[in-house]
Amino acid sequence: MALQSLDVRNVSARTSPPPSARTTLEVAKLIDVSRCIGCKACQSACMEWNDLRDEIGVNAGAYTNPPDLSDQSWTLMRFTEEEIDGQLRWLILKEGCLHCAEPGCLKACPAPGAIVQYASGIVDFHEEDCIGCGDCIAGCPFDIPRLSRRDSKVYKCTLCSDRVAVGLEPACVKTCPTMAISFGSKTDMRFAAEERLPDLRERGFAHAAVYDPPGVGGTHVLYVLPHGDRPEAYGLPRDPRLGGVLRLWRSGTARTAGVVTLFSVLVAGILHYMRRGPLEVPPERPGGKEA
Amino acid sequence: MTNHWTDIQNADVVLVMGGNPAEAHPCGFKWVIEAKARKKARLVVVDPRFTRTAAVADQFAQLRPGTDIAFLGGVIRWLLEHDAVQHEYVKAYTNAPFLLREDYGFEEGLFTGYDEAKRSYDRSSWAYQLDEQGFARVDPSLQDPRCVYQAMRRHYARYTPELVSSVTGVPVETFVEICRTIASTAVPDRTMTSLYALGWTQHTVGSQNIRAIACVQLLLGNMGMPGGGVNALRGHSNIQGLTDLGVMSHLLPGYLTLPTEADPDLASYLAKRTPKPLRPGQMNYWSNTPKFFVSLMKSFWGDRASRENDFRYDWLPKNDKPYDILQVFELMHQGKIDGYFCQGFNPIASVPDKAKLTAALAKLRYLVIIDPLATETSTFWQNHGGPNDVDPAAIQTEVFRLPSTCFAEEDGSLVNSGRWLQWHWKAADPPGEAKGDAEIMAAIFLAVRELYRKEGGTFPDPILGLDWPYAIPHAPSAAELAREFNGRAVADVTDPKDPKKVLARAGEQLATFAHLRDDGSTASGCWIFCGSWTQAGNQMARRDASDPSGLGNTPGWAWSWPANRRILYNRASADPAGRPWDPDRRLVFWNGRAWAGADVPDMRPDARPEEEVAPFIMNPEGVGRLFALGLMAEGPFPEHYEPFETPLAVNPFGKRAVSNPAARLFPGDRARLGTARDFPFVATTYRLTEHFHFWTKHARIPSILQPEAFVELGEALAELRGIRSGDRVAVRSRRGEILVKALVTKRIRPLTVEGRPVHTVGLPIHWGYEGLTKPGYLVNTLTPFVGDANIQTPEFKAFLVDVRKA
Amino acid sequence: MTAPREEVLLRHGNATRVAHWAVAIAFVALFLSGLALFHPFFFWISALFGGGPFLRILHPFAGVALVLVFYPYAAAHLRDNRWLPVDGRWVRNMGAYMRNEHPDVGETHKYNAGQKLMYWSMIPILALLLLTGLLVWQPWIAPHVPAGVRRAAGLLHAVGAFVMFVGIGIHVYAAIWTKGSIDAMIRGTVSGAWARFHHPAWYREMTGREPR
Repeated sequence: MALQSLDVRNVSARTSPPPSARTTLEVAKLIDVSRCIGCKACQSACMEWNDLRDEIGVNAGAYTNPPDLSDQSWTLMRFTEEEIDGQLRWLILKEGCLHCAEPGCLKACPAPGAIVQYASGIVDFHEEDCIGCGDCIAGCPFDIPRLSRRDSKVYKCTLCSDRVAVGLEPACVKTCPTMAISFGSKTDMRFAAEERLPDLRERGFAHAAVYDPPGVGGTHVLYVLPHGDRPEAYGLPRDPRLGGVLRLWRSGTARTAGVVTLFSVLVAGILHYMRRGPLEVPPERPGGKEA
Repeated sequence: MTNHWTDIQNADVVLVMGGNPAEAHPCGFKWVIEAKARKKARLVVVDPRFTRTAAVADQFAQLRPGTDIAFLGGVIRWLLEHDAVQHEYVKAYTNAPFLLREDYGFEEGLFTGYDEAKRSYDRSSWAYQLDEQGFARVDPSLQDPRCVYQAMRRHYARYTPELVSSVTGVPVETFVEICRTIASTAVPDRTMTSLYALGWTQHTVGSQNIRAIACVQLLLGNMGMPGGGVNALRGHSNIQGLTDLGVMSHLLPGYLTLPTEADPDLASYLAKRTPKPLRPGQMNYWSNTPKFFVSLMKSFWGDRASRENDFRYDWLPKNDKPYDILQVFELMHQGKIDGYFCQGFNPIASVPDKAKLTAALAKLRYLVIIDPLATETSTFWQNHGGPNDVDPAAIQTEVFRLPSTCFAEEDGSLVNSGRWLQWHWKAADPPGEAKGDAEIMAAIFLAVRELYRKEGGTFPDPILGLDWPYAIPHAPSAAELAREFNGRAVADVTDPKDPKKVLARAGEQLATFAHLRDDGSTASGCWIFCGSWTQAGNQMARRDASDPSGLGNTPGWAWSWPANRRILYNRASADPAGRPWDPDRRLVFWNGRAWAGADVPDMRPDARPEEEVAPFIMNPEGVGRLFALGLMAEGPFPEHYEPFETPLAVNPFGKRAVSNPAARLFPGDRARLGTARDFPFVATTYRLTEHFHFWTKHARIPSILQPEAFVELGEALAELRGIRSGDRVAVRSRRGEILVKALVTKRIRPLTVEGRPVHTVGLPIHWGYEGLTKPGYLVNTLTPFVGDANIQTPEFKAFLVDVRKA
Repeated sequence: MTAPREEVLLRHGNATRVAHWAVAIAFVALFLSGLALFHPFFFWISALFGGGPFLRILHPFAGVALVLVFYPYAAAHLRDNRWLPVDGRWVRNMGAYMRNEHPDVGETHKYNAGQKLMYWSMIPILALLLLTGLLVWQPWIAPHVPAGVRRAAGLLHAVGAFVMFVGIGIHVYAAIWTKGSIDAMIRGTVSGAWARFHHPAWYREMTGREPR
């Protein structure tokens, strides 16, 4: 077997389960928003490590630059000004893939192998197998993947799967000057996140909380949110879910049933033909209809 | 910094005022975050804008640009009124008990001794009462009305929360809440650190802003303490090294001052700069000035300097007036300068009033640019449309561009804000024909020396006599220069207590500046760097991160001036008996026989506590100065003066002076100041995390992260002018106009100042007409050509503008 | 028994046959490419289309082509597909009809009720497939459509396609089962006997003679 750190738990559009004998440590990235100063070092590091260069754009009246995630910007500092309890807050969120335990993108993807969930929990896109349909974008509850205009492939944060595979932390974690981003096992990160809450509550953030939404089975990117009761103020969905429509749309059972039904028509036809023969014009008897 | 970056983690309160470290010093800011985590520290931010630092602060106050002294004066009054003072510290370690001369006084905004015609003070009354032996008189009870403590009380009595609020725009409740937080560190076991940067220095009262926080920190007993101090966050990675090495028009290396015309010979120079102790038994460290200075002369002139020829004192230039950057460009503007060498400097972007600078540069015969990048200064003569609409045909200045290296393309040391000299190694070869700055300067020097040798000229001696001992004369190495700064023994140096004991043999690198001599037996290019490259090798290259005390004190990591001391005045972290004020902060202490601890004690090692040698050893009185004597141009106590462009007609703190009465303003520039009638809004300039000054707009990633110039406007102001976020707007001052994008924000609110609304306009500075970002205007087009009264740092942080939709 | 020289009737004109086979080709392309995307078991079919990405590019164009040909084609045959009272009789006897028992289904016109049912079901289903397909068409339209709408569109597209494939499957089988139909769609002609047997009313319209 290949690198254990790249053992696969799930693959898009698979017909059989991947090998699962080995277990691998589940990892997570913890983003403590209360320690984040929005310096964009993570954005730089992401560009440097992954050799991405977005356009030099314009200022549209915001600190958020580039204005949105793209095939060249896999992470982005999102700045929001909010009055919360009469106090001005400048909410800064490092936007990017959350690496869901139950990834909507993977569920929605029709291209075998284009989206892979490693046993570590990292959800990675293998663009070489991507067909550019964009269904993963529709399937993502966080609106993260972006289709490239240049090559019609979809891109997003890989959680530096290449670095993690060889025992390094993601580039954004390494660069973060205030150590607002940390990396480790999911268990440790969850613990570290919970440990931050008493301090935040003591500082007046009564609703500080850890963002690890159960609707997607939990995520491998966790946030400590000082205003944990208002994730949407940061730009995070309050209760992200895959949803019934997506589940039904991409239900393997339903699709298999559909295929079986289709082929049943074929089989029925054959059986019918065998049993009843063709419908032919009977030989005509003068002066009357066929019997 | 009196302390250092890692030490910030020890603070209980972090006061960020006059700076925005989360934005401008994100790497160092980690220690603020650490302080919050470890010490449950409270972060207090006072700033004209709700900054990235404010985004993670516990308390925030938005104040009007240029009113920091009003705020801090209010804090001083509040501390005194509420007795939030660390009394034992103040009594023993500050000049609070010192008696002031009877003729010292202050009235309606002016101190005694003002000469309106000269715009300067006769400072002789700003002094202590001296006894027969020349020592200052003191009143340890602090009751004498002439003592500094009482003078301070009287001075700041006017700074009531109500007046502070009315001038700064900070609501009284917010101000008082912040005072309470600051006051919580008046106890011995809590400290506050003050972090500031250009937000305090770039004012006409810049130096006094820092004096004000020094007073607050002395009253609270926070100087010398781990987690305390007054900490300047420097704006370049090596700007601390620049000042240390005296690359300023009035300095020599190691904070020795350049002679003036009033110092005709060595004796008079040294006499003025070698103070006598003002209290008995004090260390008065500047009494060693002759050792430092003579060693410097030996380093400059080598064997040619000797006692017989006054160590070639006559070869030093003697200034007739200060040649600060504003003075130089004023002279250039007057057509009195022929040529200008511009090395690692982009003055058209960094010195105020671009129109004046362009006119000045156009009067040069030649301009030499030594820089890795195509700076705006190097192309000031090119027409770039709106941002630089000049007529190249009308500019005859010949511009030479000498490409130099970037930091990663050379070996060397950088001195960080915490005074650490950290050696770094070359990582890449420079591109094209770029050369190191030392190599470029050496080539020019050797060519000029050759011309002097061949052709003579006016006073060739200092040029021909300069010691030039480098292995490759046209390319002195960083190691050679570093060894030279450290210094060496010219002859054997012996212990004065035991002449048989040789401290350093001739030719050896010196271990410490304590071994410097004033007889010519030592040479040192920068006495405070002595110890950085010893006989044991390059101390700056050390990388031992171990922290034996747990206080973030890492004596084996690089090397810190002076003497590898990490926290200045650290003797003050222990009480007069030598016991640490806070048992959890055992930095230095008296162990019964000597001073010991995690840091190098800032005290004579054998000075027994009973000797009462006070901790501020660089002052002749040994104590910290609440009253600055005659050292400051505009007064011994910080006093609020309005910026030179102010929305107010009178100074509410004193009728007789609206703005700094001692600040220099050239006649031509007075006419270029605007009034609130034409320019109703207060502008302040600043930097953003995404960029470093005017450099990183030449690099792609930072250009992606902040691609285009903008101005920050509050929602109320935007509504007033019908501006929406993303609109193109014109910002005008009396000196010019720039076009930028508008960023409308909740983070700047209108302030109520003297009963009327005052709007603040925020101008990040990073864009220009060179580089990869969208071409833009230099914000410098708007800024006023007036500086701090003491060191002429320009007033970039407070001036008047108008904003309209373009 | 000697048959008289058989008469020949034109059942499908040139335009009709061209349109039918154009629709058929587009349909096969859509069926195969859709099947590849519908279930990973069939993803190998993408090899026939130059691989997944090209399949993904082709599928919507084939869909648009199908629609562009199908609706004019359907419009041209609208008159012949009007539902008539006699069609009820066919439906009621459909079981016996399929059991090859030759029930009396009345005087069928050009199309029998089964064919008309196919006709009328395809019209809305193709519209649904067109609409839902457009909503998820990358990279032009989908980026402007909310994710929730795209998910629903994806679901409806799949359901619609399923229904259509079942219907078309029946249509194809019916053509194979009913001898002479494929010939009719290839050559355009049927025998008089075929016409008299399957579509007596149409025979009458075409020849003016009674289908005996």
